Amino acid sequence: MSNALKTFTNGLLKENPTFVLVLGMCPTLATTTSAINGMSMGLATLFVLVCSNVVISMLKNLIPDKVRIPAFIVVIATFVTLVQLLMQAYLPAIYDVLGLFIPLIVVNCIVLGRAEAFAAKNSVGLSALDGLGMGLGFTLALTILGAIRELLGTGACFGWHIFPDNYGALVFVLAPGAFIALAYLMVIINKLQKK
Amino acid sequence: MEKLQSSFKNMVLSLVIISMVAAGLLAGVYILTLENINAQKKAKQEAAKLAVLAGHEDGTAIETAVDGFGGTFRVMVGFDAEGNILGYEILEHQETPGLGSHMVHWFKNADKPGQNIIGRKAGELQVSKDGGDVDAITAATITSRAFLKAINQAYAEFKGTEANTGASQLQQTEAVEEEVIIIEEKETEVSHE
Repeated sequence: MSNALKTFTNGLLKENPTFVLVLGMCPTLATTTSAINGMSMGLATLFVLVCSNVVISMLKNLIPDKVRIPAFIVVIATFVTLVQLLMQAYLPAIYDVLGLFIPLIVVNCIVLGRAEAFAAKNSVGLSALDGLGMGLGFTLALTILGAIRELLGTGACFGWHIFPDNYGALVFVLAPGAFIALAYLMVIINKLQKK
Repeated sequence: MEKLQSSFKNMVLSLVIISMVAAGLLAGVYILTLENINAQKKAKQEAAKLAVLAGHEDGTAIETAVDGFGGTFRVMVGFDAEGNILGYEILEHQETPGLGSHMVHWFKNADKPGQNIIGRKAGELQVSKDGGDVDAITAATITSRAFLKAINQAYAEFKGTEANTGASQLQQTEAVEEEVIIIEEKETEVSHE
């Protein structure tokens, strides 16, 4: 049981995909222009991560080692497309918000990374927990990064204005601000972890 | 169960089976969801028509499509009888989240006259970088250009229909009676530089 708990909490801080593993930088930098965008991307990834981890863990003995990467990619891409179709058909309101982020999940190496590093070697249950933990860690990181960029760039947080947007430094919403904010966040997390 | 060895036969079989199951699954879900997705699109289109006309009964809603930064996007534009823009709605797009995706609200922000196009005359709208007087979306000039192109294209379409029906007076009565709405899809190229 403690093993399961450890697997789950692993992704939250100790091996946080964004701050510690530094995986999946493309969606991290590109979509965190606001807190809500970051959270949306995180949640969409969380869903695909759990599904792909479970299926890959189930199939792990049927996939010969030498072709595991293409096999994993087919599984992940299938899930991403399924999520997109189902969401578009049955959850149009959520699709309007998340729809743009879904194709970006395919370029997210966390999904493939966890399939390769964890799901291919562990049981279905543990793989699901790993996906959940990693997904939540990713969501958390993106939300924090998005909130900081939104606050510094436009003076708002989750769309709530805290100070007038004329005082915001627009650079934080643009690409350079993503790198600056992410770097400082990593410094802080590293410092805290070393203690 | 034992792990399969990486023999040629196993590798080919495993990949072929996984791909076939994936393709079958996707095809099934596609067919299953197609009807629903189309219904959603249709509902969105109807809602957009009402929204862009903003209660003007003599208005005309025109749908148009252009190539943006991330693929084709479709815009519904409403014009009043004189050809002024009443409103617009983006029906479908794949522009960059947080940058190009701002076009959904950017060009109808009544607080920022530099970027607001509502109430203006379409046809020659251009971003300020190209010598026009519309402020482009920050860090998304290509999307902004494509968007204005869509609006201008819709206006050309509007002018065309006006010429066809003769006087604008005629169109006005028709519009009241049976809500004449012209939907036209046009594909044009926007150069990506």
